[in-house]
Parts: sequence; structure tokens; C-alpha cells
Amino acid sequence: MTDFLSWLSPSHYGRLPFADWVQWLVRDWLVPNFRPAFQAMQWPVDQVLRGLEAALLAIPFPVFTLVLLLLAWRFAGRGVALFTLVAMLFIDAIGVWAETMTTLAMILTAVFFCAIAGIPLGIWSARSDRVAATLRPVLDIMQTIPPFVYLVPIVMLFGVGMVPGVIATIIFALPPIIRLTSLGIRQVSEELVEAAIAFGATQRQILFDVQIPLAMRTIMAGLNQTLMLALSMAVIGALIGAGGLGLTVYTGLGRLDVGRAAVGGVGIVLIAIVLDRITQGLGDPSLRDGTWTFSGSVRRLLGLAPPRMQEKLGT
Amino acid sequence: MPAKLSMQGLYKVFGPAPEEAVELARGGSDKDEIYRRTGSVVAVNNVNLEVAAREIFVVMGLSGSGKSTLVRCINRLIEPTSGQLLIDGQDVLQADEEGLRQLRLNKVSMVFQHFALFPHRTVAENAAYGLKVRGVGAAERRAKAVEALEAVGLGAWADALPANLSGGMQQRVGLARALAVDPEILLMDEPFSALDPLIRRDMQNELLALQERYAATIVFITHDLHEALTLGSRIAIMRDGAFMQVGPPEEIVGAPADDYVANFTKEVDRSRVITLGRIARRDRPLLAPSEEAAAASRKLQDAEVQGLLVADSNGKPLGSVSATALLGADPAAKVEDIMERPALTGERDTPLAAVLEAGALGAPVALLDNQGRIDASVDPGDLLSALAAARAEDQNLRVGGTA
Ligand SMILES: Nc1ncnc2c1ncn2[C@@H]1O[C@H](COP(=O)(O)OP(=O)(O)O)[C@@H](O)[C@H]1O
Ligand SMILES: [Mg+2]
Repeated sequence: MTDFLSWLSPSHYGRLPFADWVQWLVRDWLVPNFRPAFQAMQWPVDQVLRGLEAALLAIPFPVFTLVLLLLAWRFAGRGVALFTLVAMLFIDAIGVWAETMTTLAMILTAVFFCAIAGIPLGIWSARSDRVAATLRPVLDIMQTIPPFVYLVPIVMLFGVGMVPGVIATIIFALPPIIRLTSLGIRQVSEELVEAAIAFGATQRQILFDVQIPLAMRTIMAGLNQTLMLALSMAVIGALIGAGGLGLTVYTGLGRLDVGRAAVGGVGIVLIAIVLDRITQGLGDPSLRDGTWTFSGSVRRLLGLAPPRMQEKLGT
Repeated sequence: MPAKLSMQGLYKVFGPAPEEAVELARGGSDKDEIYRRTGSVVAVNNVNLEVAAREIFVVMGLSGSGKSTLVRCINRLIEPTSGQLLIDGQDVLQADEEGLRQLRLNKVSMVFQHFALFPHRTVAENAAYGLKVRGVGAAERRAKAVEALEAVGLGAWADALPANLSGGMQQRVGLARALAVDPEILLMDEPFSALDPLIRRDMQNELLALQERYAATIVFITHDLHEALTLGSRIAIMRDGAFMQVGPPEEIVGAPADDYVANFTKEVDRSRVITLGRIARRDRPLLAPSEEAAAASRKLQDAEVQGLLVADSNGKPLGSVSATALLGADPAAKVEDIMERPALTGERDTPLAAVLEAGALGAPVALLDNQGRIDASVDPGDLLSALAAARAEDQNLRVGGTA
């Protein structure tokens, strides 16, 4: 019966050399022709990553912990601050402080480039339906391709090491910030944009005076998701030579050393929880007075209360 | 004097076939038919209007009649499909992007139905927004914004966020934002519709006062006839994108152009809308203070009126005599000894309802010119018959409307 139906299967007649095509496309066309371009892309990532890693490793443990604690307290409340303190103490106690800083440097670098590329792309796609329609399938593909699949071409184009790891992380973590920036801006009430236009605002003024401030909460939610995705790439990045906590997990896996793997894993989880709570706090006005402004955040950080409103009047 | 704002043959069509729709509309097809044939909506249909400087021009119509679209064509928030639009004689539809921006920055500002305040900015920052866009420095724009806020009675709320204000207060902020730029033309799209009636009444009065102070020309959109009558120096009734009738309030109420307009006006108490100017006459004789009662009686009978005004040699009013007073008087008595002082006076736009007492007293009402001389007069008989006619018309229309 199965034999009888086998004539319906394409493989009965031979095999399509799809793997060879892709192999050819990447190895014989993309790599020789575009390697310099990709190498050049590597440069800024490399600079930021090195700077950040050096800085994070140079900051003494107590200072870093104190700063993070303060951030957590201001943006996410006392509970998160307490949790942050305990988490940092624990990470240091289990001996992965340096690895944690390396991972943090990678994550922050990736998030930095995601924001730099993703927020403008999100704004662009909010303004143009055509851009949005073009971007949507690309983002869908980025979010569905398993990262293992693009590790190979990345290694071929960029080699192995921290920077290729960060680049893989950027690709993986980019979609949410684009999507949510676009969504946030499209959600800003038509009437408010109209009011700005009626008073003679330019496109730029509309964007910075009205759309971005009002979309900030959603953009921050996008940033939070991007950050979480970046963290989830920590172990996969280790496969192509990225260090940090991912490497700890990976070596634990290679030697079947459960303890070692757990140490790396716990580090990742703790840092994820802390960063998640802080960035959620950044985007959630219910934890603050008024809406998000840069000066407001700075004031909060310095412990100066923003001007508060008198009691609400009834209509 | 050239009009501040004028439109000739303005059309706005939404949908796939704007040119075709305009052609059909010019050929006399109506909105429904055009929609059926082209799938396009004619939102503004051949509107012509001239608004004089400092006029409050009210556009009234039911929801969907095209009012918002029309008012947005003036500052080109919506691009008209065809027609001409002039502001101070300048062709607005020819303006390039920069010219249009200058127009919005310097001449035309707008107040919105749902306030459209920026929730992330304080009341003062909202009021200052037009100035910020213009590039005015922070200190100066704050000062001007606070001044505008004080004009609308919200000086104390400068640093509040809009969400902490009631609806009426929010719309005052909207008004302050529009006034802070010292606009020549103020576009108001149903600005008070979202407010409750008592607050709406206050806002209407305040708007009239503010208009005096800021000397702006106002195009005011409403679906409320009372509001139109209170505010409008002229009113346009709009239906299916076209103006059905344009005129001063008493004309809209007193002589509705068709059933559609009459339907709007039937609920209105005419005695509050018809003005003395409409029934005043210049051909009534005046009495001199030294005339004898007998002569005065004769004049009264000849003129077939119920009372006469007494004026000095310059034509200034001294008092009035009623028919009853003359009949009861000694024929040789002097008019000045039997007259009532002072004479009742009114303005051309005083509603009849405001001088009902004159009818009851049998005293005529004097309308004065700007030197204080009697220009025309309203006889109590005319007053009462006009009131009676208005009431009867109200009744009839109401009966007719329900039949
Ligand atoms: N953006 C638009 N696209 C299509 N049709 C519209 C649009 N805006 C308004 N219209 C149509 O134009 C007509 C007039 O609308 P509008 O000016 O909002 O009326 P009003 O303000 O008097 O309620 C309505 O039939 C409405 O459906
Ligand atoms: Mg409307």
C-alpha cells in the first residue's frame, strides 16, 4: 500500500538539491562578495561591546550592586530592590560574577543596537503602510527561524567569538522593539496628531512632541521583550564562541556537569528577573507619577519627586 | 471691505472617484445617488461663503452633514477636492507646504470637539503648544500661555495635567491654546457639544466676551440651534454637504428657506429670537413736549398706534404717552404734563421677549441712532401682534411637525 502510493512522493524521483543551493548561495556568493561589508558591520558592535565589558568588569562588585539596587528601587519599587540585592549577592557567592558581567555586556550591546535600529524602523513602519507590509513577513521569519539555523552563515561571515554571538542575538531580539514601536505610534490618537498639525507642527515636531512621548509606554514594553529575548540567546551564543554565563552552561553540558550548568543557569535567570522588573518599571506609569519623561526619570533617580497634582476635580 | 474668509464652489469628496463625483454633483445629482454610482461620498457640496472680519459665522447641521469636513478644509487638515478658498484675499489652496504651515502658525487656530489636549503635557504646556511650534522661547511662551489661561479663568491650573481637570475646564484649556497664538481666525468644531448644558451656556457667554477681547473671526460648528442663535452673527444651515440657507439668526427663524430649516427652528421660542429691529418702523410721528393733548390724540388716531414717543427738538427721547393716558386727559393739557418718563429704549437686536412690559404698559419702544436720537420705534400694538403671530407659528409648526 505505502509502496503503491510512493509514486506520489517527489523523493521517489530524486532529490532537489536545496541544501546545495543554500550552501552555494552563502559560501560561494555571499561570503566572498560581501565578507568585507559584514566585517565592517562588526566594527561598531565590537567597539560598544568591548567598552561595555571593560567598564562592567572594572566596576567593583559593591558599587555595581548599589547602582543597580538604586535603579530597581526608583523604577520598580522596594521589593524589586531587595530582590536585586539578594540576587547580586548570590551570583557573586556562587562565583560567576565576572561571567555575569560579560553576559550583561553582550546583552546590553545587543539591546543597544536593537534599539538604534529597531526604534527608527518601527517609526518608519508606523508612518508608511507599505513599509509595514514589507516588514511584517521579514519580522515573522526572524521570529520563527530557529536561531541555530542562522548560526552557520553568521560563523561563515563573521567567524566565531563574542561579536558574532552578539550579532546573532541582535537578529533574534530585534522584532519586538520594531513591532511595538510601530504599534505604539499607530495607537496615538488621530485627534492629537491632527491638533498638532492644526497648530503648524512639522512632521518632526509631531513625532517628538506627540507621537513618541505617547507611545513611550509601548516602546518600553518592546524594549523589555527585546531584552528578554536577548537574554534567552545567552546559551546559544556560547555555541559560536560567546563567553559569559552561556559558556558556563555550555561547558557544564559538555562535561555532563549538572552543578556547573546550574550555576550558569541560575545566573541567567536571576539577571533576567532583575532586568525584566526594572525595564517594566521604566515603561509602566502606574509605578510613577505622571507619564514618562527623561527629566522625570532623572528626578526620580535622584529622589526628587516630580510635581504632583492636586486632588482630581469632578466633571 | 474684502471678506476675511471666502469660499467659492468648494467640494470635498471622499472615496475612489472624486472628479467624477464632483461632475455628478455639479450636474445636480444628490449625495445618495452619487454614492450609489461612484462609491464616493460628497462630504462638502458646492459651498460658497463669505465671512467678514470679526464675525461669528455658525455652521449648523445634523451629524454627517459635512460640518467637520468643511471646517477642516479651511486650514487644509482635509484637502478640498475642488473650489476656491481665500483668506485675506490669499489663495489658500495654492499655498505650498511652508505657506500652509505659516498660515496655521500665524493666522488660523482650532478648537476640537473632544478637546485634543496632550495628556503628557501640563495645562500651561498645552496652552503654549502653538507658540512652541512657532519657535517662541520658553519664558515668553509660558507668559503668553498663562495670560491666555487667565483669560479663560484657569490661571491657577497652569501646572496641572489635563486629566485632573473637568471637561469644561479641559475645553477652556483648548480655547486658551487656540487663543495664545493670537489667531485671526478661530475654527471651532463643536467645541461645546461634549459639555453638559449648564457649562455649555457659560462657555458660550465666555466665548462672546473673549471674541471681543481677541477680535478674532470665528467659524463655529454646532448641531445645536440654540447655540447657533446665541453665538452667530450669521448662521448657515448645512445638509448633505450643502448650505441650505445662510442668514442672520432672526432670518433663519423668522423666514426658514424650506421645510428642512423650518424643522430645525420649530422648537425655538420665537419671541426670544425675533428682534425689535425686525418690527421697528420709521414712519411713526413724534410728539413735542409742548403739544396739546387734543392734537396728540389726533396724531395717535391717524397713525393707528397705541402710543407715541415724545422727543425734544433734537429728536432725543423724553418720554411716551399711551392711548389710555391721552383719552383720560384734559384736551388742553400739555403733552409734557401727562407723559411717562423716561421713554423705553431698546437695541435693534433686542429680542421681543425682553420688552414684553412695553406691550403691557402700552408704551412704544424707541430705537436710537448713535447720537442718541430716535431712529425708529416699535409700537406696543405691533409688539403684541408680532408676539402673538410668533406664538401661533410656533404652535402650528409644532402641530404640523407631529402630524
Ligand atoms: N475620512 C473620511 N473618509 C470617508 N468619508 C468620510 C470621511 N470623513 C467624513 N466622511 C463622510 O463625510 C460626511 C460628512 O462627515 P463630517 O464632516 O464628519 O460630518 P459632521 O461633522 O457634520 O458630522 C459623512 O457622510 C461622513 O461619513
Ligand atoms: Mg463633526
